Amino acid sequence: MSNLTTTGSNTTVSSGGLPSRRNTELAMLVFAVLIPIFAYANVGLAMNDRLPSGMLGYGFGLALLAGVGHLVVRRYAPYADPLLLPLATLLNGLGLVLIWRLDQSERLHQRAEDIFGAFTPDAPKQLLYSSIGLALFVAILLLLKDHRVLQRYTYISMAVGLVLLVLPVFFKPVNGARIWISVGSVNLQPGEFVKIIIAVFFAGYLMVKRDALALASRRFMGLYLPRGRDLGPILVIWGLSLMILVFETDLGTSLLFFGLFVIMLYVATERTSWIVFGLLLSAGGATAVASFEPHVQQRVQAWLDPMATYLKSKQGIPGYSEQAMQALWAFGSGGVLGTGWGQGNSDLIGFAANSDFILATVGEEMGLTGMMAFLMLYGLIVERGVRTALAARDPFGKLLAVGLSGAFALQVFVVAGGVMGLIPLTGMTMPFLASGGSSVIANWALIGILIRISDTARRPAPAPAPSPDAEMTQVVRP
Amino acid sequence: MSELTLTVMRLGFLAVLWLFVIVSIQVIRSDLFGTRVTQRTGRRADAQRPQQRSQPQRAQQGGGRRARGGGRNTPTKLVVSEGSLTGTTVALQGQTITLGRAHDSTIVLDDDYASSRHARIYPDRDGRWIVEDLGSTNGTYLDRTRLTTPTPIPLEAPIRIGKTVIELRK
Repeated sequence: MSNLTTTGSNTTVSSGGLPSRRNTELAMLVFAVLIPIFAYANVGLAMNDRLPSGMLGYGFGLALLAGVGHLVVRRYAPYADPLLLPLATLLNGLGLVLIWRLDQSERLHQRAEDIFGAFTPDAPKQLLYSSIGLALFVAILLLLKDHRVLQRYTYISMAVGLVLLVLPVFFKPVNGARIWISVGSVNLQPGEFVKIIIAVFFAGYLMVKRDALALASRRFMGLYLPRGRDLGPILVIWGLSLMILVFETDLGTSLLFFGLFVIMLYVATERTSWIVFGLLLSAGGATAVASFEPHVQQRVQAWLDPMATYLKSKQGIPGYSEQAMQALWAFGSGGVLGTGWGQGNSDLIGFAANSDFILATVGEEMGLTGMMAFLMLYGLIVERGVRTALAARDPFGKLLAVGLSGAFALQVFVVAGGVMGLIPLTGMTMPFLASGGSSVIANWALIGILIRISDTARRPAPAPAPSPDAEMTQVVRP
Repeated sequence: MSELTLTVMRLGFLAVLWLFVIVSIQVIRSDLFGTRVTQRTGRRADAQRPQQRSQPQRAQQGGGRRARGGGRNTPTKLVVSEGSLTGTTVALQGQTITLGRAHDSTIVLDDDYASSRHARIYPDRDGRWIVEDLGSTNGTYLDRTRLTTPTPIPLEAPIRIGKTVIELRK
């Protein structure tokens, strides 16, 4: 009756009639394109003493991508967040420079010729993948007029997500992990796309079930214990993520999948107990699997004692990798300010230097200062995503935005933590930075959906329907 | 390339990268600190004392504090004593209370004889609570008199709006 009552879970932070801020976005985009061009010039001058010939090509390509992205956002999502596109463009541009810089490395040329007979540069491929990613971004903004449409596909996306998660089991493992699908000459890492599809499923599912999960519980030692039957979903997801770990030996996807569910469960129900359960279950599960799965054991050993693993690898014992130690050395030799673009030796890492270990190059050539700036850029993307969730008016949009930014944050944490030796290494790629088609395409799609949700969330609210107030006031007749 | 140039470029790049981060944070600064909340003051009260208009904010807050602070005759709550909302109480905390059938009113009256924006109750500079009719169809009554100007509300005096009666109590 009186609207003084505030509903705890449904409070929205209104953006208070924000302007569309497209011009801010344009200015930031120009900035975001100029920084990678500066970096190109820096790499060329440092390594070859002249401005690189490819600089104009890459710079122009990046500017074209950014321009197309901006025009589409300006036309089809005019109220969207002004920072998501520039941040993604900057990270993608710097990723291109990092890959191009590693392409210039004599050591990597030599290594590729020794192993494969010829060296193929990765940067042109990455530029191609980036444009495919941006095309998908544009397609999402054009076709997905309202993110709530995705809600209709809750259970379809569950099925598609599960199929994509299971499919890699039937393909041969690459470097010990079954995370690839090969169709003809096209290799796909479905895990990257699964995070988006599964976030759609979780958002749709939890939107319906959250009341049961949040309210039917007993209080015990300050924690809300859910009923036994409500534990079902979390146990199923836990079981699935363990199966991924066992059959695909992919710690990253497993962690991402389960972590995403726990994050969204927590956001949907506002119950800390789910986080506690999630942490207990994942710790228990990971320990159990690590006790019998050799691939996981190796990763854990390399994490606990990278030096011993490095020495064993040098002695030629198969199954040991020297990369974890080399990555740590790269960070160490970078110091606080780094060696400068093109002057580090992170190419010594060799295999996967420009994909899983690309952060080692960042850490060595830009130092702690640069590394922190990169983490800030990722943090800002996540912050914008969570902020979008706060501003969103519908529960599905809220959950989806939290899910997508949570998946993004988890992926950054898993990769950065792995390379820096905080957690065991996993086979995931740094969003936008690392060389790899699936990753960059899927992350552009993720940014596209976030921009669509933020456009809906920040759009000025429609005028309220003049329902009961429109009735005439009855006049008292004396 | 000379060592100096490379060092300058190296530090320059880091500076530019951090500049981008800082500019981004500037762009979102409005989000971090939230929107500014401004309290509206009674317009009529301003008109009566134009010499104090330069500091209405402070005066308003002072009034609110005095109203809350609870002198002997300051009401602390508004009680609906008749009508469909009987029993509803609203704490008086120095804010303006609007009454009417409009959905954005503080107290939404479900009363066919009330107007959309019927009346409002607000504290003046001295902490007295004032009731003002907002041009309603059927009028607002304090005791038996129909209000024509903003009027201070005595404690426990019935304010009648359509079928609803409200009172201020300690």
